[in-house]
Amino acid sequence: MEPLTWTGQFGTFLNPIMLAAVVVFFAAAILNFVIGFAGIRAGGYEVNDEGTMVMNRTPSDYLLMAMQFAVLVFLACCVGFIIGGIVLPEMAQKGILGAVGQRLLPVWIALIVTFALSITFKARLGLYGKLFNSSIGMVGFGLVMFWVYAALFSAWVAPFDALDQISSLRNDIPGTPTPEGEAYSHYLFGGDRLGRDVFSRVILGSTFVLQIAPLATVFAFMVGITLGLPAGYFGGRLDTILTFVANLVLAFPVILLFYLLVTPEIVAAGLPQYMSMVLFLFPIIFLVTLFNSRFHTQPKRRNLLVGLTVLIGGLLYLSLISDRGTVIDVLGWSRLPESWPDRISLGLFSIPLPQSLDLFDIGGNILIVFVSVVFVNSPTVFRIVRGITLDIKTRDYVAAAQTRGEGPWYIMLWEILPNARGPLIVDFCLRIGYTTILLGTLGFFGLGLSPESPDWGSTINEGRSLLTVYPHPALPPALALMSLVLGLNLLADGLREESLKD
Amino acid sequence: MGAFILRRTGVMILTALCLTFVVFFLTNLFPNLEKLAKTQGNARMSDAEVVSWLDRNGYGGPMILRYGEWLGVVPGWTREDPQTGEITGRCIDFGMDPADAPRFCGLLQGDLGYSTVSNDEVAHIIGGRLVLTGILMFWAFAIMVPAALLVGVLAGMREGSRLDRSLSTFSIASTATPEYVSGVVFIVLLASSTAGVSSTLSEWGWLGPDGWLGDRNTLFLGSARSAMDGGITFWNFTLPVVTIALYGMGYIARMTRASMAEVMTSQYIRTARLKGVSFRNIVLKHALRNALIAPFTVIMLQFPWLLTGVVIVETLFSYNGFGWTLVQAASNNDIELLLACSIVAVLVVLVTQLISDIGYVLLNPRIRIS
Repeated sequence: MEPLTWTGQFGTFLNPIMLAAVVVFFAAAILNFVIGFAGIRAGGYEVNDEGTMVMNRTPSDYLLMAMQFAVLVFLACCVGFIIGGIVLPEMAQKGILGAVGQRLLPVWIALIVTFALSITFKARLGLYGKLFNSSIGMVGFGLVMFWVYAALFSAWVAPFDALDQISSLRNDIPGTPTPEGEAYSHYLFGGDRLGRDVFSRVILGSTFVLQIAPLATVFAFMVGITLGLPAGYFGGRLDTILTFVANLVLAFPVILLFYLLVTPEIVAAGLPQYMSMVLFLFPIIFLVTLFNSRFHTQPKRRNLLVGLTVLIGGLLYLSLISDRGTVIDVLGWSRLPESWPDRISLGLFSIPLPQSLDLFDIGGNILIVFVSVVFVNSPTVFRIVRGITLDIKTRDYVAAAQTRGEGPWYIMLWEILPNARGPLIVDFCLRIGYTTILLGTLGFFGLGLSPESPDWGSTINEGRSLLTVYPHPALPPALALMSLVLGLNLLADGLREESLKD
Repeated sequence: MGAFILRRTGVMILTALCLTFVVFFLTNLFPNLEKLAKTQGNARMSDAEVVSWLDRNGYGGPMILRYGEWLGVVPGWTREDPQTGEITGRCIDFGMDPADAPRFCGLLQGDLGYSTVSNDEVAHIIGGRLVLTGILMFWAFAIMVPAALLVGVLAGMREGSRLDRSLSTFSIASTATPEYVSGVVFIVLLASSTAGVSSTLSEWGWLGPDGWLGDRNTLFLGSARSAMDGGITFWNFTLPVVTIALYGMGYIARMTRASMAEVMTSQYIRTARLKGVSFRNIVLKHALRNALIAPFTVIMLQFPWLLTGVVIVETLFSYNGFGWTLVQAASNNDIELLLACSIVAVLVVLVTQLISDIGYVLLNPRIRIS
């Protein structure tokens, strides 16, 4: 079989159009810049004396219109390639872009459904609906949802498994056909150093990022909120101590912290697990305080909610922190190495419970990556929450609640927190992006994750040694990571703009 | 003002002590020491031999005492060999008479210890590497700061205009591109002989033996190794510098934009405008000075971020500076060298924080006068 071309059959007439669009765009942009210096600006509306309005058009306006048109043509060509890939029967006719478009069919359908539903009902959807009024927010949301759906449907989208190797396709260029009898007829983005499919690995790598990054951010927010609210509300010595500790963590260069936390020696000492014991406690504390402060006047309901939280949360907590054969082995038997002088006594924690209660073992390394990312992010969230609390606690409704005799935790969690949601939601989006970058950094330095893991950072790290000769294994994960983070940042920007309009 | 600086310095010293202790604790945990013993002594040591090796080499005492020794506030350990009567100690260099050795030798005395992997004084290694990184940082700052301020001021002077929207989108895109992504993209686009711009230009004959753009195969070099021996050229140093500068730029530009936009809506600008001052003069003479106070803080606080960037870029472009040393020290379990790197990193962060705090107070007349 022949190697695929990038654009396939549609390329013969779409390629020149696309090229023309790009040329027109850049020519217009440069011209516009030049005539801007010559003093020609975009025209505007002018109101005449008799009450009519005149719209002036200058050359600058026409150039801007040309640029807009070029962008539209370019996008239309991209859509054309995807439709071509879905409609045309033969692989050679589809081309690489078309074939990728066809593999991503479930993602396109889900995206179209999401956008159609959201735009139809946007009046009823609150802040989320308002997002669809800003074009930047919509682009960001589209990019994020693209990766969310790619991760959800990765089993259908990715033609190969992350570790499938075809040794004859090592470092082969995009579009190389696979031997007879393989799961799919081509390596769409080529093969990497070990002959694995780059396209499948990029898609499968998205599941890792989209599982860890949002969850780690949620945990960081739980820690930051649980500590930041009292620090801002009560102030005093508690505030001084907490702020000092937060600044301590913030003054630590992130990369050094990772190197100190994620090296095998430290992991063997169990330090990340002790940290996870502390950090993972915060969501339970948060939820218990949340329910208790609200329903303590209705003991029955309170007991039910708090009991459920403690039971479910506690079981999840113990399952999460305990790992068979490591330092913290709560649900099995604690097996501590005897020859370990620096050991902190764990006698308290070696509760013998049946092994079957340990619901899941997260791969030890992923737990460590997770903990370090939460640890790095929490102090920043703490500072943001503390700052907002300091601002909001002087408002009238807080004073009203205080006069009503509400407890401090009720005021913090049910009066201050809901009113701080705007900036917190925006920061949440930004922070997921930052966490994605951190995860990529960890992968890039080969810290914590196994080298064959398909996550984007590790794949970039693996591809960079031969980068100048074989660029195709490292480039797709790099662009994937960039597009996801860009999407999250644009989404945050759109949300900020729309929430400010309130 | 004096009291403020004193208090800030006090907090900084306390923070530095806490952080150095944390780093010392993490690098001197037993598994690290065990690995050190096995690489320095014998790979097949028994547990008892490891403990005795550690005792002989001064790693046996309690952690807090060893931290004191390292810091230089507790006298260095000395030990007399029961069989030979030879005296060894922390402060006694090889071949030195024990009687001449100083009592204290630690950070405060300027003795950073000895790198076990590269067999050299840590201070000597770090010094050279810091110079290399300093050059890289200098160029990165020289590009990043003016470019970021320009973008921020241009975007902020007419909030909501088309120029503002396109520059803001550019800033967002730059903050969304970490160094390891932009570095990879730059190398593929500009420094690869098989792909990107360079290969196209070679095909046209613009690059290559008789091309007018230069006789090299690529526009830029994807490795900064040749820049280390003093030969910094446009060809080998552009990509690392631009890669570092790009990620930090967006953030500074956004801060400048926010600050500029806020200043442009203030009362005194409106007054100036009503008096008929031209827009150019309003921006350059009235708004700019006040708008640059906030970005100053942000630029100083950018150092800790740049540190991560430096580590990534130096690894990616194989430039043996400070960041590269940190990675090597951490992966080779070179305890003293890693400790020294951490101290430098922590100090850089804390000193820039201090400068940014004091600078903010000095620059802002509202705070300075009250």
